[in-house]
Amino acid sequence: MQLEESSRMVQTTSTLEARTIPDSTLGQIHADNPRMKARNVDVFYADKHAIDNISLDIGSGQVISFIGPSGCGKSTFLRCLNRMNDTIDSCRVSGEIMIDDQNIYDSSIDVVLLRARVGMVFQKPNPFPKSIFDNVAYGPRIHGLATSKVELDHIVETSLQRAGLWEEVKDRLDQPGTGLSGGQQQRLCIARAIAVSPEVILMDEPCSALDPIATAKIEELISELREQYTIVIVTHSMQQAARVSDRTAYFHLGKLIEVGDTKQVFTNPLHALTQDYITGRFG
Amino acid sequence: MSLFNLVLSVLVIGATFFVFGQRAAAGQQATGTIKLHSRSHYHGMWAAITSTLPALLILLVIVLGKNLLFQHWASHFFPPEVAGGDAVDRAIALAKITNVVDGIKFGEVEPWVQSAGEAWTRWESDTIIVANVLVLGVSLTGGLLGYRRISFKFRARNHVERILTWMLIGSSTVAIFTTIGIVLSILFESIRFFKLIPPQDFLFGLEWNPQFEGAERAGSGGGTATYGMIPMFVGTFLISFIALAVAVPVGLFSAIYLAEYATLRVRGIVKPLLEILAGVPTVVYGFFAALTVAPVVKSVGESVGLEVASESALAAGLVMGVMIIPFISSLSDDVINAVPQALRDAAFGLGSTKSEAVRQVVLPAALPGIVAAVILAVSRAVGETMIVVMAAGLAANLSFNPLDAVTTVTSQIVTILVGDQEFESAKTLSAFALALMLIVTTLALNYYALQIVKKYREQYE
Repeated sequence: MQLEESSRMVQTTSTLEARTIPDSTLGQIHADNPRMKARNVDVFYADKHAIDNISLDIGSGQVISFIGPSGCGKSTFLRCLNRMNDTIDSCRVSGEIMIDDQNIYDSSIDVVLLRARVGMVFQKPNPFPKSIFDNVAYGPRIHGLATSKVELDHIVETSLQRAGLWEEVKDRLDQPGTGLSGGQQQRLCIARAIAVSPEVILMDEPCSALDPIATAKIEELISELREQYTIVIVTHSMQQAARVSDRTAYFHLGKLIEVGDTKQVFTNPLHALTQDYITGRFG
Repeated sequence: MSLFNLVLSVLVIGATFFVFGQRAAAGQQATGTIKLHSRSHYHGMWAAITSTLPALLILLVIVLGKNLLFQHWASHFFPPEVAGGDAVDRAIALAKITNVVDGIKFGEVEPWVQSAGEAWTRWESDTIIVANVLVLGVSLTGGLLGYRRISFKFRARNHVERILTWMLIGSSTVAIFTTIGIVLSILFESIRFFKLIPPQDFLFGLEWNPQFEGAERAGSGGGTATYGMIPMFVGTFLISFIALAVAVPVGLFSAIYLAEYATLRVRGIVKPLLEILAGVPTVVYGFFAALTVAPVVKSVGESVGLEVASESALAAGLVMGVMIIPFISSLSDDVINAVPQALRDAAFGLGSTKSEAVRQVVLPAALPGIVAAVILAVSRAVGETMIVVMAAGLAANLSFNPLDAVTTVTSQIVTILVGDQEFESAKTLSAFALALMLIVTTLALNYYALQIVKKYREQYE
């Protein structure tokens, strides 16, 4: 963002809402072609109200980024989308999160199948202590996606190619995945996630443990993957959100303050809190 | 001064030097703008160490070495026929002298023994004086020398750290040297045994009958003593195998339940309860096996038409298995908990069920620790004595049938060495040979298991 532009915006803050948390989310929570729809989601950790009444569409074939200060609930909301919060005992979720008009918190939903459709990449690269091949083949094996060794080889190869790692590792597929560099490990984790052909990939600060060059590679990869997958990315880097995402959602103290097209959010935020955050005055 | 008082005095001197050393250093700090290299308590520790450590080392040498020296001096009193005699004669002569020193009298004492004993008593009292003077002197001199080196430039911290490192190294080698000592003592006795009994008879012999030892000598006929170790090793492995067949699955599954499935509340109750099992004395397990389990095994076996000995390998093995469950469950639980949560998250994020995550991610990552737990359990099972003495019987049957009475290496060692022994007999010495083979076997098992772990381990950071 240019300096002049932002300084001009500061002068026009009179048109923005005051710095109080709004009752409802500003901007456009609906997407034209939603892949997932969250409605009135609340999350509690024991007594702590971590997510307060959030409604949001995740558009099909889009990249949406969640930004906001630490502890604002963006990672918690992300983990609701494939029910990873189930692994935390004290966590309770209410509201609806729909995929194909089915509530994923409905008792008829099989969480195993849900997580195969909504994959996840974590903040710290976490390859299994197995060979590179076995890391990628793990998902297809447990879901029975390949009927033969040839088919499995094919899935592993295409997944590694899509993750941009094939050329670097094709000669050492039998070596441990933990022996790769940090950036390669994270791309291995992305390859592992796309090997089960998910519809949505959730990424929880995927570059925060990586150096700038590895980060650039992952961002490039996200731009390529957007054609086939719906991607939700949590990031602390405003530049990253601006570079890779189509839509941006700003979270603050468990509330979704505003959501809209990335360009609009960064150039013409609707709420003063959003503006404070993206101009670096807060958070 | 008695030994206790002497040590106490040295420690008091050390404490005094600590106080003075610290004050001296702190005083230098206070007088001007100079800055001490090390903080004042390091200077105090330095003075305390120089006053105690050398003095205590000298005391240790005196206490350990004085008897060797006295024995050497006492040998000058031996009459020619003893001095020229063999090791046994000299040992007897020394024992006579020490009896005089201790005031024990057996009949008429030879004059040379009497004079040697009096000399020995004199040496003892002289040594006490010398030790007192030497130790206290070294303590004070060492403390003063250390104290004089204290100055703001003196790198007391580095010196103290280095001395501490050496003390830690010393402590860690104590266990190693003890092990070496144990192995050597067993080895020498075993060599004496193998001089009497050919090694191949011992290693490959199928019959174990040491109780006939001495029968020929006494001329009472009966039988010949045989020393074949195979029946006991078969018994040991049979019982250990039964024990592990019980303990490994039960222990591992309960560890998986505790680490992965149980709620915190259940875990808080079940884990301590399981560990109580480890605190039950083995002799209690022994009579539980002999009085409760063995009759049950016998009656169940006979009700289905099997012939069961009243003391069976199965009963001993089952109870031993229960005894080692907590070793496996507790250690495995710890290593499973140590597997990073990130790996579980990764597995769940790909749509694994809980059991898939456990089987394919958590257990492979925890494998080295689990194998270590099993190795420890094997060592416990092989070395366990009380349960088998009480429940498995003493008959050295060469049998692979778990319903027979068998015996183990450890219980045979116990029966051989309990009571009065004749240390020149093959029967007594055979206990050491058995112990040696037991150590060699467990070492080989451990080594082999570690190789397996190395091959299959999945390393995480």
